[in-house]
Amino acid sequence: MAMLDIRNLSVRFDTPDGTVTAVNGVSLSLDRGETLGIVGESGSGKSQLAFAVMGLLAKNGRATGSVAFDGREILNAPPAVINPIRAQKIAMVFQDPMTSLNPYMRVSDQMAEVLVHHKGMSKAQALAECVRMLDAVKIPDAAGRVRLFPHEFSGGMRQRVMIAMSLLCRPELLIADEPTTALDVTVQAQIMTLLGDLRRDLGMATILITHDLGVVAGFCERVIVLYGGQIMEQSPTDPLFATPAHPYTRGLLGAIPRVDQEGEELSAIPGSPPNMTRPPKGCPFAPRCAHAGEDCLDHLDPLTEFAPGRFRACNRSLEELA
Amino acid sequence: MFSFVVKRLAVAVPTLLLLIVISFLLMHAAPGGPFTQERALPPQVLANLEAKYGLDQPLWRQLVTYVWGIVAHFDFGPSFIYKDRTVNEIIAQGFPVTLTYGSVSFVVAVIVGVTLGVAAAIRHNSWLDYLAVGISIGAQVLPNFVMAPLLLLTFTWWLGWLPGGGWEDGQWQYMVMPVIALSTSYMASIARLTRASMLEVLTSNHIRTARAKGLPERHVILRHALKPALLPVLSYLGPAFVAMITGSVVVDFFFSTGGIGRAFVDSALNRDYAVMLGITILVGALTVLFNLVVDILYGWIDPKIRY
Amino acid sequence: MAIDASAMGRLAEGEVKGRSLWADARRRFFRNKAAVAGVVTLLLITLLALFGDALAQWSNEEIDFAVMGQAAQLGQPSIANGHYFGTDDLGRDLYSRTLQGTRISLMVGIVGSLIAVIVGTLYGAVSGYVGGRTDQIMMRIVDILLAVPFMFVVILLLVMFGRSLFMLFFGIGLMSWLNMARIVRGQTLSLKHKEYVEAAQATGVPTFTIILRHIVPNLVGIVAVYATLLVPEMILIESFISFLGLGVQEPLTSLGALISEGARTIYYGTTWQLLWPLAFFIATLFSFFFVGDGLRDALDPKDR
Repeated sequence: MAMLDIRNLSVRFDTPDGTVTAVNGVSLSLDRGETLGIVGESGSGKSQLAFAVMGLLAKNGRATGSVAFDGREILNAPPAVINPIRAQKIAMVFQDPMTSLNPYMRVSDQMAEVLVHHKGMSKAQALAECVRMLDAVKIPDAAGRVRLFPHEFSGGMRQRVMIAMSLLCRPELLIADEPTTALDVTVQAQIMTLLGDLRRDLGMATILITHDLGVVAGFCERVIVLYGGQIMEQSPTDPLFATPAHPYTRGLLGAIPRVDQEGEELSAIPGSPPNMTRPPKGCPFAPRCAHAGEDCLDHLDPLTEFAPGRFRACNRSLEELA
Repeated sequence: MFSFVVKRLAVAVPTLLLLIVISFLLMHAAPGGPFTQERALPPQVLANLEAKYGLDQPLWRQLVTYVWGIVAHFDFGPSFIYKDRTVNEIIAQGFPVTLTYGSVSFVVAVIVGVTLGVAAAIRHNSWLDYLAVGISIGAQVLPNFVMAPLLLLTFTWWLGWLPGGGWEDGQWQYMVMPVIALSTSYMASIARLTRASMLEVLTSNHIRTARAKGLPERHVILRHALKPALLPVLSYLGPAFVAMITGSVVVDFFFSTGGIGRAFVDSALNRDYAVMLGITILVGALTVLFNLVVDILYGWIDPKIRY
Repeated sequence: MAIDASAMGRLAEGEVKGRSLWADARRRFFRNKAAVAGVVTLLLITLLALFGDALAQWSNEEIDFAVMGQAAQLGQPSIANGHYFGTDDLGRDLYSRTLQGTRISLMVGIVGSLIAVIVGTLYGAVSGYVGGRTDQIMMRIVDILLAVPFMFVVILLLVMFGRSLFMLFFGIGLMSWLNMARIVRGQTLSLKHKEYVEAAQATGVPTFTIILRHIVPNLVGIVAVYATLLVPEMILIESFISFLGLGVQEPLTSLGALISEGARTIYYGTTWQLLWPLAFFIATLFSFFFVGDGLRDALDPKDR
């Protein structure tokens, strides 16, 4: 049985401009220790997917479908069910460590409260464990700096604090939502290396949410490409990069600058993501797709396995795309 | 921290001095002296009076004497009307009363206001929220000089539960209506402010983090959301406190509590400038002091402010 | 990747029509029922205050000697004797007095708020845009003035220099602009560092044009909101002063003065003397608060 099993998950928001569909019928599953990348442009619904799993949607958000963790339904679960799972089973690292850490509390306090609450540790025990964890994420002089406030750390250090805080209870699944987007490029690499090391050491499953295919390449075993709240393609990482099977994935790959291939022009995907107040009836990518026909505006074929472990949702056959 | 207080005091002292000087000059620019009466006094009497109060001295000397009296001895000089009483005596009589019901009202307004605001924000769009918003909007348009007679009408005339006036050393029966009249509109404003800022804080990223940590909602509100939500409320406390003292004018009128407001209105009607100035300066000093306290509280709540 | 022309055409059709910020704000404002009700109420009150005298059978000064001295018995609101709202204790017509008081209160509120808008906006924008030492000194002055107990100073002024409309406006004007100046300065500071302002500076647009084209239009919203919210505050302050008997002089009156008269005589059973002015007072204040809140919500989309 898969550790995490998401079935037909949809997320909608009620806004003054109407209902916005952020996630539209996504199904996926994840095994223990597995690393999954979820890739998409901003607005593709990837963050809301994670928030729905954790029960962290904004007040005007509604999630439907099913999310099972270890066989237990956790979607829209009451606090008594979801709170013991948060941090202990599933932990999350957020995009912007500056605003995601509480600026009004000392790092020691906001870290220790996790252990005091979930593990029933004393304040002193918890503090010692926090320092150990800060050491593990390679914060120099952890014991001396644990009592500082978040703003007294640099951006990269703050994200290390955030990661350390999320790992305190040794979760079985870590969801990292664009963990490096707000950071400098050099720091990005350090943080990804750190995440990789920790993942191996702790043996936890990881979902990495990003818009950056490059980050996924070195980190994930499996990739899901999300567009307009729907899965376009799902595949083990290496084949996806070698032979992308969806026009959108091809567009994404074409938009990555490469230094090893001279003379090749960087191509952008024309147009912009769909307006999700009126989710398209057919394929969300159709208006931007060079291969789209009238049928694509009308309906989208369901996700189907076209090679072992590889799925795609596209009305055109692979031959037609070639 | 120490240097911060010193720095704030360095601003506060000139503020007060300026207030004193301007008030003093105003007093002298005013048409008609304190002894201008319907029946003109004989010149000899007037000269004696002016000599007694130092009004025959050059203006700058009067100013120096006045300022020095306040700064060195906390002495606001003699009353111009009551021959045997100094401004200090008049203030000392009413001020403790005003300070008592003013402080009680302030504490009530803050505690009830914050509680109501937080509760409304947590139960956003519930009946409790609507009730809180309704009360706070209603209270905003019912100023204390409307509240006071309505209270008297209800509790004294109709129900007969509470005495219609007096102070009696601040026994609770005499305190209830003044406190309600003074605190209601500020309670409402504080509730509105708290609700709005709490609603905003609850959507912030660090609250999402706190929830992701699996902490119970109560813990999230009290430990993570309350502090930042109170920051905007804090800057409102200074004006609110001063308003409690100013509102004394109304309370003393309706409930005969004999606070400093009574003295101010009496002196205004008698053109007793010395008393009016003394009270104005005292309230100014209180304002400055209170703003200092608020600034220090700010630094305590928001670690990003370093003195 | 080739762009499919028909696909692009469909894309264009599917797009939501762009809306300007102001059109967006207007739409949000008119969707707010309380704010719209506030606007309507204010319009009605203003019309009544300006033209309602045409319906009055008594002026605000005339004493109805038939009622005088027996206001509690004969002064009730009645159509028959022409006192629609009843009379006050002296036998003067409360209808025309209430209209007259509403005019004064509205005028005090609007003039006070206008002073705040003009002085506060100029002061704040200059302070914020010039910055540096000038900014520090200008804001220090505001800080000092804010520590002055203005209510007492206004009373002091009115006592010393005599009661007059001018002194009232002067006193209220003295205090009304301070917070506006602070708000405008804060907004200007943040606008100054906006990318589009820096872009304009970088491309050599003259400072004056930048202020006119980029700063001022972005201040209009916040100034409008606070100006609207200031009006009821000014009315409250004036009514407090009138309550003390230091406001406008007879035969002129204001809502505050009428309310305090009504409150003093309520034990004689003449409740209408309190309730009519109070109703106008509350309706006016409510409307301004609702309109101000509506404007704020409409102009500040993050608050939705």
